[in-house]
Amino acid sequence: MDGKQQTPATMDAFLQQLWKENPVFVTLLGMCPVLAVTSTATNAIAMGISTTFVLICSNAFVSALHKVIPKQVRIASYIVIIATFVTMVDYILQAVSPTIYAALGAFIQLIVVNCIILGRAEAFASKNKVVPSIVSGAGSGIGFTVALFLLGSVREVLGMGTLFGVHLFGPSFQPWLVMILPPGGFFVLGTWLLGFAWWKQRAARRAALLEETVNAR
Amino acid sequence: MQGESLTFIFLNAAVINNFVLAMFLGICPFLGVSGKLKTAASMGAATTFVIVMSSACAYALNYLLVSFQLEFLRLISYIVVIASAVQLVEMAMKKFSPALFHALGIYLPLITTNCAVLGVALFQTSRSYDLTQSLAFSSGAGAGFTLALVLMAGLREKMELSDVPAVASGTVMTLMLAGVLSLAFMGFAGLGGH
Repeated sequence: MDGKQQTPATMDAFLQQLWKENPVFVTLLGMCPVLAVTSTATNAIAMGISTTFVLICSNAFVSALHKVIPKQVRIASYIVIIATFVTMVDYILQAVSPTIYAALGAFIQLIVVNCIILGRAEAFASKNKVVPSIVSGAGSGIGFTVALFLLGSVREVLGMGTLFGVHLFGPSFQPWLVMILPPGGFFVLGTWLLGFAWWKQRAARRAALLEETVNAR
Repeated sequence: MQGESLTFIFLNAAVINNFVLAMFLGICPFLGVSGKLKTAASMGAATTFVIVMSSACAYALNYLLVSFQLEFLRLISYIVVIASAVQLVEMAMKKFSPALFHALGIYLPLITTNCAVLGVALFQTSRSYDLTQSLAFSSGAGAGFTLALVLMAGLREKMELSDVPAVASGTVMTLMLAGVLSLAFMGFAGLGGH
């Protein structure tokens, strides 16, 4: 987003949320929409953008208002702020694209109970100024969108042989139907996590090996 | 949606379209609290109670909102009702069973952000169930959630003893197990004659 003119500190906050603490792959938050709406890449992107919008707006509001909100009722106030923005997204999407709205169904309204948003409001926005909160919100929103896209594209390609509705293979392609059904969501997410864990383990082993050779000399 | 029998609504919510394994609602506690059989069962019971209670409240609330033409406030008012129901359960549990209260820890207040609870309230509204249908639907959803949680906890307790490669242990293994479980639940798909 507007990360360019920021000081390095906020750029760090952006990248940290986007990659090092990716809400889906690292902290495993907000799993319900991740699995439920990623049967196609288009749905995944739409869901990601809606969530990002709610994240940025609610983060901005929470950080602007956190001095006014009494500590005892903060969670309830945050939920009301989030619910307001979700209602907005719900109506906007209904007006902009009825097809996507129908495909996502109740999951747009269920953004309210996405743990990522409340988690960011409580852990970051309520302790920081407005601009860093917006940047951090954008970071985790985009991280969430990327993760949804990774899942959605794999499931769509394997399950239907298409990407964004465009056919990739010839007519003889036999779709792997289970991938767009519920079990496919669990399997694909599990495989991605497996891939990341393997990659991390390999990086750690290489670092250890390098250190060993340096020490041996 | 009138004319659906109560048994069908209950079974549909509990096994055919199981809330966790087929509709992906309530995945967070499903992955988080399914480590031990006992906590899983009590978590399921607490969540079921909240689901049924908030479903009844949501029904009454929706009636009010519709009569005042304030449908756009639906989401906000539902979430407030759910938060209060959770608060009630939390206070009751702290008084009557402090041990369980500590075992569930952070996951107890997090029932508020359990998609299954809000999901039930939203689905019963969009399918325009009447009060008895709503109650059948919500208790079915709660039963399905508990069933999934308990099954998963049983499987994970067994998995503790098996030799899993280090790179695939933890969440990866849990997700794969969930996938297999969900595959098994697809076998119920023809149960309602649909």
